[in-house]
Amino acid sequence: MSPVKKGYIRPVDFRNGRVDMTHGGGGRAMAQLIDELFLAAFDNEWLRQMNDQAVFAVPAACGTNGARMVIATDSHVISPLFFPGGDIGSLSVHGTVNDVAMSGARPLYLAASFILEEGFPLADLKRIVESMARASQEAGVPVVTGDTKVVEQGNGDGVFITTTGVGVVPDGVEVSGSGARAGDKVLVSGTMGDHGVAIMSFRENLEFETSIRSDTAALHGLVAAMIAAVPGIHCLRDPTRGGLAATLNEFARQSGVGIRIHERAVPVRPEVNAACEFLGLDPLYVANEGKLVAVCAAADAARLLAAMKAHPLGADAAIIGEVIEDEHQFVQMETAFGGSRVVDWLSGEQLPRIC
Amino acid sequence: MKYVDEFRDGDLARRISGRLARAVEPGRRYNFMEFCGGHTHAISRYGVEDLLPDGVHMIHGPGCPVCVLPIGRIDNAIELAGRPEVILCTYADTMRVPASERLSLMKAKARGADIRMVYSAADALKIARQNPQREVVFFAIGFETTTPPTALAIVEADRESLGNFFVFCNHVLTPAAISNILESPQVRDIGTVPLDGFVGPAHVSCVIGSQPYEYFAEEYQKPVVIAGFEPLDVMQAVLMLVRQVNEGRTDVENEFTRAVTPEGNVRAKAIVAEVFELRRSFEWRGLGEVPYSALRIKPRYARFDAEAKYGIAYKSVPDNKACECGAILRGARRPQDCKVFGTVCTPENPIGSCMVSSEGACAAYYTYGRFRDLQSDNRKGAKDAKDREEARDVREQVFVERRAELK
Repeated sequence: MSPVKKGYIRPVDFRNGRVDMTHGGGGRAMAQLIDELFLAAFDNEWLRQMNDQAVFAVPAACGTNGARMVIATDSHVISPLFFPGGDIGSLSVHGTVNDVAMSGARPLYLAASFILEEGFPLADLKRIVESMARASQEAGVPVVTGDTKVVEQGNGDGVFITTTGVGVVPDGVEVSGSGARAGDKVLVSGTMGDHGVAIMSFRENLEFETSIRSDTAALHGLVAAMIAAVPGIHCLRDPTRGGLAATLNEFARQSGVGIRIHERAVPVRPEVNAACEFLGLDPLYVANEGKLVAVCAAADAARLLAAMKAHPLGADAAIIGEVIEDEHQFVQMETAFGGSRVVDWLSGEQLPRIC
Repeated sequence: MKYVDEFRDGDLARRISGRLARAVEPGRRYNFMEFCGGHTHAISRYGVEDLLPDGVHMIHGPGCPVCVLPIGRIDNAIELAGRPEVILCTYADTMRVPASERLSLMKAKARGADIRMVYSAADALKIARQNPQREVVFFAIGFETTTPPTALAIVEADRESLGNFFVFCNHVLTPAAISNILESPQVRDIGTVPLDGFVGPAHVSCVIGSQPYEYFAEEYQKPVVIAGFEPLDVMQAVLMLVRQVNEGRTDVENEFTRAVTPEGNVRAKAIVAEVFELRRSFEWRGLGEVPYSALRIKPRYARFDAEAKYGIAYKSVPDNKACECGAILRGARRPQDCKVFGTVCTPENPIGSCMVSSEGACAAYYTYGRFRDLQSDNRKGAKDAKDREEARDVREQVFVERRAELK
């Protein structure tokens, strides 16, 4: 458990409370629910690490001495099902492949569960599954088992997909959200907020014209190139719900450090900035599906950046800040304007059903 | 981003900061209130305070539409949303405002009420057209900026003879609130809130123009500089205020000339006058009952008035005892002076309304600025420990109250 829990001291009200949308928003309410319910109930050494995946040793009896594997799972409830740059099918492959890869692992296999709503057009289902198959082929990670369930009309919203992935962690690789140390550098692999804004532009009652496409992509190739260049990467995570802000706050909390970033250094497309401006959003909090955040020792940062930039999915990579000592575990930002401020956890929810 | 980035330029900010540092008279304190939540948000989000000289002190005003909405009005909205035939349409910011019995619109939604978040009154109108079998109520809140779109929606509904669209009107007026602050004993007599001038509203002024402020400048002898919502606007406005104070002037000046004219938006004002009339009195959170400070729907459009249609009875509900929102909205206290700030009261579990909207003084300070105090607390050590202890006592007291409420 994290030592400091400033900011959400009032416990979850399990007697009279109800689940509301903030419990899935990727912000503090979700972190609190995980802490006080799931972590408390399932408590074990793997869960306690609070990563998006669990790395476990293969039992010695299997004859693979010292080998480590990783498992991750992710449910996809995105609305709309089809969006510029992808659909729920490709997203469900990329999401889990990325969660596995963010431990530094090579993803091997996927399992997929479908919850379908009565009345859902089979043509749409076919389109989704074919897109999923294409994404898994491109990633080289086959879907090897699955499950199908149907619920009555009105009890689901078309289709929900849960995918689970397993992978193997190369020897000597120790990546975890708790690995950040004061003095480390913070890097991102590209522009922030593309996925969230692309989804937003397609939402009912919010439609606006934009050329922005979701960045959904499988990142294990990029991760492999990064690990090859700098085997000692400290932290890796894909900033999905809650965006860059959530991921940095998770790192700060897991590692017991502060983080300072520089607004000028954070890559954001002008179109995304403009869309956020008129929707009242902050690109730092908008979801990504094909980007990662990395933390490494300052001495390795230039080498890691070069390796990222050499990969097509890291062409816009940048060093955006550094890890600092801070007992309050704040993520701070030096604004382009010349002032400074906190980059807090997302409070409430910004965009429901973004992935 | 063109027309936006120009007003967030760091180099220009440093230049104005230099001019400000030269303009302030050594040893003199300048206390300016930014009326609008939009300014409060810009100041916090861009770190404007880091660029102001030590002598300049910004006081956050009550210009946050969600913050000034009293609990009783949220209770009314929740009650409306509880009717099975009603779809309640609301701006997202009002969803988390705490109401009576630990409820909020967000929690009412989780319990099954049909509440939809909309970006404008026009969206609510669209929902009414799409759901002829339901009754669609628009929870209209805000200052002069959101009033014209509500008026337009009512006129449009009238033109279409839409029978299932209603407006629960809570629109309030900026000048009345400014008068109320200037008339308050803390400003007028006791001087506990030293006020040397106002940063005037941006978007509100686009609608009402700069003329209405002439009265304050003259009657209360306080300079007003109307400013845009970008951080450079704020800095330039502060510089203009400092110069007025130094020269002993109390003028209305307009920094936001790219959008604000002396007469404002004549067409918007006309449509508001067509649909709305003054209420005799309206309760504001923090300010209490303020005479002629809000609008209601005119008899000519009464069939769209949700208050009449559903016989809404207003009941005033006192704020939580530990909550300082009232004093903060009047500028008499700062967010960090409140004992529940950041401990019991956080953006996830707001006790008071100032912690809800991103324009609220507490939410802005909590989200963007609270590291400043913690950093200075680290140096203070002992005092910090004592404060923490006190905060814990208050926290316990609130928990006890909550538990009692639950029973």
